Amino acid sequence: MAVKVRIDQCVGCGVCVSGCPFGAIAMKEGKAEIGDACTVCGACVDSCPVGAIEQKTEEKQVAMDKSEYKHVWVYIEVDDGVLRNVGLELLGQGRKLADTMGQKLAGVLIGDGIAGVTKDVLAYGADMVYLVEGPELAHYSTDGYTAVVQDLINTYKPSVVLMGATTNGRDLGPRVACRIGTGLTADCTDLGIDEQTGLVAWTRPAFGGNIMATILCPDHRPQMGTIRPSVFKKLQPDYAKTGEVIRVASKVKAEDIRTKLVEVIHVCSASCNLEEAEIIVSGGRGMCKPENFVLIERLAAVLGGAVGASRAAVDAGWKPAMHQVGQTGKTVGPKIYIACGISGAIQHLAGMSSSDIVIAINKDPDAPIFKVADYGIVGDVMEILPILTAEFQKIKAS
Amino acid sequence: MNIVVCVKQVPDTTEVKIDPATNTLIRQGVPSIVNPFDKNAVEAALQLKDKHGGKVTVMTMGPGQAKDALKECLAMGADEAILVTDRAFGGADTLATSYTLAAAIQKSGKYDIILCGKQAIDGDTAQVGPEIAEHLGIPQVSYAAKLEVDGDMARVEREHEDGYEVLEVKLPVLVTVVKSMNEPRYPTIKGTMKANRAVIAEMTKAELDVEEMRLGLKGSPTQVRKIFTPPARTQGVLISKDTAREAVAELITRLSAAKIV
Repeated sequence: MAVKVRIDQCVGCGVCVSGCPFGAIAMKEGKAEIGDACTVCGACVDSCPVGAIEQKTEEKQVAMDKSEYKHVWVYIEVDDGVLRNVGLELLGQGRKLADTMGQKLAGVLIGDGIAGVTKDVLAYGADMVYLVEGPELAHYSTDGYTAVVQDLINTYKPSVVLMGATTNGRDLGPRVACRIGTGLTADCTDLGIDEQTGLVAWTRPAFGGNIMATILCPDHRPQMGTIRPSVFKKLQPDYAKTGEVIRVASKVKAEDIRTKLVEVIHVCSASCNLEEAEIIVSGGRGMCKPENFVLIERLAAVLGGAVGASRAAVDAGWKPAMHQVGQTGKTVGPKIYIACGISGAIQHLAGMSSSDIVIAINKDPDAPIFKVADYGIVGDVMEILPILTAEFQKIKAS
Repeated sequence: MNIVVCVKQVPDTTEVKIDPATNTLIRQGVPSIVNPFDKNAVEAALQLKDKHGGKVTVMTMGPGQAKDALKECLAMGADEAILVTDRAFGGADTLATSYTLAAAIQKSGKYDIILCGKQAIDGDTAQVGPEIAEHLGIPQVSYAAKLEVDGDMARVEREHEDGYEVLEVKLPVLVTVVKSMNEPRYPTIKGTMKANRAVIAEMTKAELDVEEMRLGLKGSPTQVRKIFTPPARTQGVLISKDTAREAVAELITRLSAAKIV
């Protein structure tokens, strides 16, 4: 693929220059010139008012028989014998992709002594399960899990592999994709099938959530991506459903794992399980001082929710980084998100705008957070929070 | 100890705005900065050097202007800087970028630790680090919040959704670092002057042991199909009352009416 300017048709208006998300176009002698930073995204093709920019498909090296690769896989993380929610969410969306493609949906499970959860994987939408167990796989390791997934892909040749964009998913995904030599789209917030090509269309935010990009992986298989938690909904489980469980022997030996796990330290309680929380109460700079976070914690406790914080509050040291919601923190999608004293910088919005209902409290009526809030209260958060907490307590008691 | 830090020059995404009329990014006046997490990686490298001695090399792949980013790292105290640059590298996705950087790291000599920021703030993929490790065939530890080296062993605290895991690994290793690891130092005046005078080594395709088909756009399995601005959430009701009590009452009434509570 390449993007070319038809010099004779270019009128030098410069619309493409500001329209290019990568700043790759410059005006030279009154004509648009495309520079090295071009990623062939085609934004300029659409933006040019006189149709002077064209996108051409070039021959690429295709050394792969793509027809061999079939079916949609979801890698589901198992944590202390429990399936991570994002894996179950991806089974729901994977089901849709597989049905559209007319292919099967398989769950991939890796661990030790986890055969009991295969029924859940089938109930949440999978047609079949690949199960790899071994004592070396009891805990996640980059080396061990990469070897297992690579072996599965090379043996069974899936067309699509979905993974959760968790800490471990984002550690494993690139390692596997690189070993196989295929493309991986990170941190997707939407997934569909591109009508024109039948390929998986991976959509993800970039530039701090300022723009969205839809990515394709045309010539390499499997098409791989990591997807953020809480973006898709789980299906209603159907435990009457059955399916094949394919046990694959692990070839991983203890000495293959070059990192030695010395200790696991859990520092978080339910209050920081932001990814899976149904209600999140978040505080920002408007909380003024760390002690005031007690107000946030009380409301969260009454609602049975988790506690979030903006980057400003984390940078100020009021809350540990594990609570941070936003582009450089966690991405959340609860049923209710209550933003307290958070102005709503784009980085923050990028991390919470997939929430179902947003309630914002801020004393500045022009705060950007109100632009995305379903309900906004203009007022002093310190005054409002205790009253709101008391009201919710009353509702709960009744 | 030889430490290589991979950095990226990025637009400061906190300064990026959307033109409401055309729905496109306004890039004018948006400064280019060193990716913030990469500065944490540089700081981590400098702290290791302060403690154990050795050499810190910063490396970036990009056009000529990316030298500014390297100079900033030199000003912080890095010993050497390498710009990996060639027209053939343009349009690279993470796989092609990591392939090129891995080749450049191999060319640059012996290394004990490779450090990267956990992700870049423009792309946010967090993929180039692990993919470099894979190309080089060395172990990786991502999301490191603490890093200590003792002899040929590294001990890393890796940040996790609900805590940390402590890992031990033999060098060489690639580590990607999170913000909470350290507070990057500011360049000194002396450092800045030295950085301004520094000659930055360049590596082009010709110097690297690479296959043409794996570089740049040609070597990139992923392709951008389209770019668009995210659909805006619509603004709901804004409650503005004389007292906090009235405002809360109004909110509860509305939430009840909408059957949210």
